[in-house]
Amino acid sequence: MNTWHEVTTLEEIPPLGARVVTTKQGDIALFRTAEGEVFALLDRCPHKGGHLSQGIVFGKKVTCPLHSWNICLDDGKAVAPDVGCTRSYPVKVENNVVYLSLA
Amino acid sequence: MKKMKLVMVGNGMAGVRTLEELLKLTPDLYDITVFGAEPYPNYNRIMLSPVLAGEQGIQDIILNDIDWYKQNNITLHLNKKVAHIARKNKVVVAEDGTEAEYDRLLLATGSSSFILPVPGKELAGVVGYRDIQDTNAMIAAAEKYKHAVVIGGGLLGLEAANGLALRGMDVTVVHIMPWLMERQLDDNSAQMLQSALQAKGLKFMLEQQTQELVSDGQGRVKSIRFKDGNEIPADLVVMAVGIRPNVALAEAAGIYCNRGIVVSDTMQTYDPSIYAVGECVSHRGTAYGLVAPLFDMAKVCANHLARMGIAYYQGSVTSTKLKVTGVDLFSAGNFTGGNETNQIVMHDVTGGKYKKLVLNNNTLIGAVMYGDTKDSSWYFQMIRDGKNVAEIRDQLIFGQSHLGNAGSQGQNLAATMTNAMEVCGCNGVCKGTIVKAIKEKGLFTLEDVRKHTKASASCGSCTGLVEQILASTVGGAYAPQATTVKPLCDCTTHSHEEVRKAIREEKLISIPQTMTFLNWNTTNGCAKCRPALNYYLLCAWPHEAKDDPQSRFINERANANIQKDGTFSVVPRMYGGITTPQQLRRIADVAEKYNVPTVKVTGGQRIDLLGIKKADLPKIWADLDMPSGYAYAKALRTVKTCVGSEWCRFGVQDSTQMGIDIERAFDHMWMPHKFKVAVSGCPRNCAESGIKDVGIIGVESGWEIYVAGNGGIKTVVAQFLVKVKTHDEVMEYTGAFAQLYREEAHYLDRTVHYVERVGLDHVKKHVVENAANRKALYARLLYALQGATNPWSKENINVCEFESLAI
Repeated sequence: MNTWHEVTTLEEIPPLGARVVTTKQGDIALFRTAEGEVFALLDRCPHKGGHLSQGIVFGKKVTCPLHSWNICLDDGKAVAPDVGCTRSYPVKVENNVVYLSLA
Repeated sequence: MKKMKLVMVGNGMAGVRTLEELLKLTPDLYDITVFGAEPYPNYNRIMLSPVLAGEQGIQDIILNDIDWYKQNNITLHLNKKVAHIARKNKVVVAEDGTEAEYDRLLLATGSSSFILPVPGKELAGVVGYRDIQDTNAMIAAAEKYKHAVVIGGGLLGLEAANGLALRGMDVTVVHIMPWLMERQLDDNSAQMLQSALQAKGLKFMLEQQTQELVSDGQGRVKSIRFKDGNEIPADLVVMAVGIRPNVALAEAAGIYCNRGIVVSDTMQTYDPSIYAVGECVSHRGTAYGLVAPLFDMAKVCANHLARMGIAYYQGSVTSTKLKVTGVDLFSAGNFTGGNETNQIVMHDVTGGKYKKLVLNNNTLIGAVMYGDTKDSSWYFQMIRDGKNVAEIRDQLIFGQSHLGNAGSQGQNLAATMTNAMEVCGCNGVCKGTIVKAIKEKGLFTLEDVRKHTKASASCGSCTGLVEQILASTVGGAYAPQATTVKPLCDCTTHSHEEVRKAIREEKLISIPQTMTFLNWNTTNGCAKCRPALNYYLLCAWPHEAKDDPQSRFINERANANIQKDGTFSVVPRMYGGITTPQQLRRIADVAEKYNVPTVKVTGGQRIDLLGIKKADLPKIWADLDMPSGYAYAKALRTVKTCVGSEWCRFGVQDSTQMGIDIERAFDHMWMPHKFKVAVSGCPRNCAESGIKDVGIIGVESGWEIYVAGNGGIKTVVAQFLVKVKTHDEVMEYTGAFAQLYREEAHYLDRTVHYVERVGLDHVKKHVVENAANRKALYARLLYALQGATNPWSKENINVCEFESLAI
């Protein structure tokens, strides 16, 4: 069972942008795509720990600001040929409210 | 909707590359079926020479394994040669009776070795050199027999001879022409090549015509006899006298062929449902036997199969590189010359170096190099671009100066580097890693190598080295793309110029509008194109196009410079490098209050506060009460000054005030890349004006203006633009040059790259010679800057960017 935490509203995340959520497990980046989907990843690039929340969001990917690795928002995996994965977290949007689970 | 059926005949590099390009464009448009006559999936034919030489195994040169076909739902028929095309019913039939219907048919049947029509050509021990089977036959023969004869002193023949010699055979190369590789080399370079190969143990018989291959009585060749009656022993004869496009299948189906399957610029044959690519085609009367053109064809063909219908193949300029270890040889374009052309030649017989450049007017049209090929990519790029070389003609033969390139231990000859030596100083990539990736992953382009190894992907100073390694590993298959047609990124086929032109002429004012108008193939671009588009829009339509923060790199979104640990740095403006005790006190107070770990003086005469948390940025800006120094932006960075005539006993102009005025006037100016200016008060040039985007030097009678210098990766001295008399003229010329660069440069090109591309004459024409144009440029810049304000001031801060959430 997921424990859902209410984090913010959809409007508070810019389209094609991100917000950082401070949690006990470390910083988590919340991304919003152009279509209004929301994804959550640990805010650490698998390459050298860059803050993914600061990257440019496009499609369902984000480009890390440090060395331009591309990370898939849905599963946290690096786009080939780079290899690596950052943790992803369940997230849901209901009535414009964004919920995050740390499970 | 029912999928269309695409059938491909031939399973080689050109065909499979076409499928790869097609799947990238439209993965689901077709059900694809492939017929291959060979028992192997697609392999890297140009790597057969290293296999023959024993440097690689067959498994190493497979490009697409069986799984690749499965993953892409391609039905693969190996070992099945297509016997017949029934065009009326749109069906192909293989020799074993397998049938496949098609809506579109792609012929990629390749070519075969041309076998000389001499008596004995059918004897055992006589082979061509085209595929794995031939290679295996040669390897087997080398284990049992002693004497090999290679007929044909071209590229393929010499690589075959070299391989057989390395396998211990006694090899003689027989050639009908007076010198080797006559289609790629002139007599001088061919002579040098022959000496080098003789030193490796190969023997040569030139101007010899084969009369007959003599049998040993048991059906195997035992010797070769020439027209002049000479005879030499031969247990193995390799025919490498040329290739013939495989057109029998197409011809039998009634498709028009003329020394190749004739195709249009869209790779379509005379039957509109049937396309052809690769060595089997004849395009504008030319059949290509090298790999690079095949890839160009594949791109075009895929574009049309994907029903996009916008690409044209217009022929290729090809280059040659011999893959024989220890021999450095390169040729490209038209190197024999003619009446209209002239040549620049450098020939060092003892040093084993030869270079010949062929020019038509002031355009480089061909090059031959032996012994020193480090500049081959540079020359080849110029040949492909058709660039006017008038300005550099007197230095052209000496090559691209690599002096001052940092990060590669001063190396500029890839061939002399060992595998353990570092090529890319930014990402720590060694030569061996690059070679391995090229061979194992089947890489052909600089972009591929960057993606897989990261070499040359950061600062780019080692690009020349990486290109050399690529060229020497894949040989003639490497071709740099003409810069004029290079797409902006993978999201589009349009070049920077085309995009800028559309934005201007169609008055596009937003990113989505631009992407839609230009048929972007992604919905919201990528991290490469969005910042470029955002800049192009703001530059073309100031006050009309709206800035999109989400399409800016984090530095320009947060107005601070991101560091490796995710903290930021803050550099306040100090116009002209002048500060006051009050400012210094505030900076000191801020540094203490926020526990700033590092305070540093920058190279541009400013103060940098490092290690600042993002959330603290707005508070620090408020406490500092100083404007942004734009140290994070593609914009005017700093104007570096010396103390000038105000204090200095040598100073002849007030450089400090000039610097302050420039920095104030051109503050907040978004540009394609960072832009640095310096003003010195006398020719001693203490502000280092010689390595800045604009460098200004005061002289007794006025000011000298220099442009396009660079003190970074590659130290480039700025070029003299103009000398002016007054302060206002300095402002106008500097502003006009900045605006020309803003309007014409590719995003992320510094002024040095921009001026190298367009030429200083172009800049002079617009900024110096044409006063009306200069004034118009300057006016456009001032209009763009109207009303611009400090991004650190409270009303410009987007709070949401800096605050984090919590649970």
